[in-house]
Amino acid sequence: MESVSQQIKSDPRYPEACQSCMNCGVCTAICPAAGYYSYDPRMIMNLVTEGDNAMLTEIMSEDVIWYCGQCMSCKPRCPRGNIPGVVIQILRMVSQRNGLFVRSAMGREQLAVKRSIGHNILETGYCIHPTRVNPAMHPEQGPVWAWMSDNADEVYGRFDSNYNREGPGNMRKINRKSLDELDRIFEVTGCKKLWDTIESESEKRIDGRFTKYD
Amino acid sequence: MINTSRFTRHVSRKSGMIHYWRDYQKEIAEDEFFYVRSCIRQNFFPGAENLFIDILRNKLGKKVFEDADHTTCTGIGYHSDIVPIETTMTVIARQFALMKERGYRNLVISCVTSFGLYSEILDLWKHDPALKTKIEGYLSEATGRSFDEPANMVHASDILYKFRYEIAEQAVNRLVNNETGLPLRVVDHIGCHYAKTFPERGIGGSEFPQVLTGLIKAWGGETVDYPERRHCCGFGFRQYILQSSRGYSISHSRTKLESMMPYEPDLIVANCPGCAMFLDRWQYTLEETDGSVYGPGRTKIPVVTHEELAGLVLGYDPWEIGLQTHQVPVEGLLDKIGIRYDPEKKYADRQGKLIGDTVAVTAIV
Repeated sequence: MESVSQQIKSDPRYPEACQSCMNCGVCTAICPAAGYYSYDPRMIMNLVTEGDNAMLTEIMSEDVIWYCGQCMSCKPRCPRGNIPGVVIQILRMVSQRNGLFVRSAMGREQLAVKRSIGHNILETGYCIHPTRVNPAMHPEQGPVWAWMSDNADEVYGRFDSNYNREGPGNMRKINRKSLDELDRIFEVTGCKKLWDTIESESEKRIDGRFTKYD
Repeated sequence: MINTSRFTRHVSRKSGMIHYWRDYQKEIAEDEFFYVRSCIRQNFFPGAENLFIDILRNKLGKKVFEDADHTTCTGIGYHSDIVPIETTMTVIARQFALMKERGYRNLVISCVTSFGLYSEILDLWKHDPALKTKIEGYLSEATGRSFDEPANMVHASDILYKFRYEIAEQAVNRLVNNETGLPLRVVDHIGCHYAKTFPERGIGGSEFPQVLTGLIKAWGGETVDYPERRHCCGFGFRQYILQSSRGYSISHSRTKLESMMPYEPDLIVANCPGCAMFLDRWQYTLEETDGSVYGPGRTKIPVVTHEELAGLVLGYDPWEIGLQTHQVPVEGLLDKIGIRYDPEKKYADRQGKLIGDTVAVTAIV
C-alpha cells in the first residue's frame, strides 16, 4: 500500500495546490480560520512538503485538518500560487480513506456530514432541500425560515408553480432518471466506496476498538 | 504562468492600475445562455432565480435555457469533504453534456461555489488532459453521455454587469434616497469562490472586484469601502453544517458587520447565495444573542442578492420577487428608495390569502 505521503502527492489536485512553498506565512496571515481556531496553514504546508509519514499520520488524526473553512482566501495571496485550502482537502480525503478521521472529535463528525449532505444529494438531487433544514435544528435561521419550512408548498409554490414537481423550475423535483445517473456516477467514481469507509470506520470507533494513537 | 511584463515594465501608478485592470477583464457572451441553478439560492431566495430568467428574457430579450435534468454540482458535499474530486468532476461533466445535447455553448452559473468549482475543474483539465480523459470515461460508463467544455462560462452576476447600462435605461427606481436625494450607501460582498480561487475569472480579480460595484454605480448608488470588505462571510461549509462549529460562521459575519457599521450602509448586496443568507440570518441571531444591531439608527442592514437589486431597480413588486423570505425586513430600504408595497401581501399567496397561521406570521414581524 502507498504511504500517506505518496497518497497525498498522487491526488490530481496536488501539483497545482502545492508547487513550491517557501513558508512565508501569508496564508496564515489572511486565513479566517487562523483567526478563530489555533490554526496555522503554513505549518500544514511545511509538513506536507517535508513528507514525513509519521507526522502526516499524526496531523491527519487530529482536529487541526478540520479547521479550514474552505474560503480559499489563501489562494490569491500566495506568492508561489499554492492553494493551502486544497492541500487541506487532500489531507481530509486521505485521512478518511485511511480511517484516521475517527481518531479526532471533528473528524468523526464526517459521519454526520455524509448522512446529511451526502444523502440529500442522492435522494433529492440537491445538497440542501427545504424539507431537510429542520428549524428546530437551525434556530439561527430565525422565524422567517420556520414560516417557509412549515408552509413549504405554499411559500415555494408562490414563486414557482413547479415546486416539487418534475420539469424545470425553482426547487423542482429532480426526475428519477437524473437521480439514477447521479447514483451511478457516485458508484463509478468511488464516492460510494468512500462513504462505506466513513460508515465502517465510524462503527469501529463506536465499538471502542480505537484509541487515539493506537 | 506569471505575467512578468507587469514587473519589468516601468509604469506610473495610474497606467499601472489600467494595466492591472486589463488583466482582469473577462469575455461575457451576448446571448443564448444555458442556465444552471443553485441549491442554496433556490432554498433560501426562492424568487431570485426566476426573477433573473425573467429579466434576461423579458427586459433584455435574451434566450435562456433551463434544463430540468441538471442536478446539484455537489459543491457543498465536495467542500465538506464527503465527495471526491473525481465524483464532482463527473457530475459537472454531466451538466456540460446536457448543455451540449441542447445545443448551447454559453454557460451561466447561479451559485458562486459552483462557479468556483467549474473553474477549478476546467483548470485541472487544462493542466492534466489525461484527467479529463479519465472523467470522460467515467461519464460514459455511468450515463452513456459525452460532453464539450463551454465556449463561455460566467457567473449570473457577470451577465447583469455586462448589461448594467441597458438595465439602467429601463430603471423605474434608482439607488438614491428618496428624501435626501443622496446616493444609497451600498456594501458589495463578493462570494469568496467568485474570484479568490481564480482571480482571472472575476471582473476586477479578487482584490478589486468590480462585478457588484459596477451595478451599484450604474444604478445610482455609491459603494462603501470598509476594512473587512474582502473577508469571508464565514460559511465554512462543514463549519456551518455542524452545530458544534457553527460559532465559526457567526463570528466571521460579525467581524464584517462590526467593520462596516461605522459607515452606516443602507444595504448589503451579495452575488453569492450563501453569503446573502448568512449576512441576513446572522444579524437576526446576533440581535437575539446580545442585542447587537449594525445598521444606522439601531436598525438591521437589509441584504439583497444581485438579481433582487436589479429587480427593485426595474420596478418589480418586492413580494413577487421574494423579499419576504429575508429575515432582515426590507421595508426600510423600500421606503428610502420610494418603492410602494402592500404590507397585506407580504406573507400572502398569489390570491392574497395569508400563508400559515396568524400567530406564526406575527412572530416574524
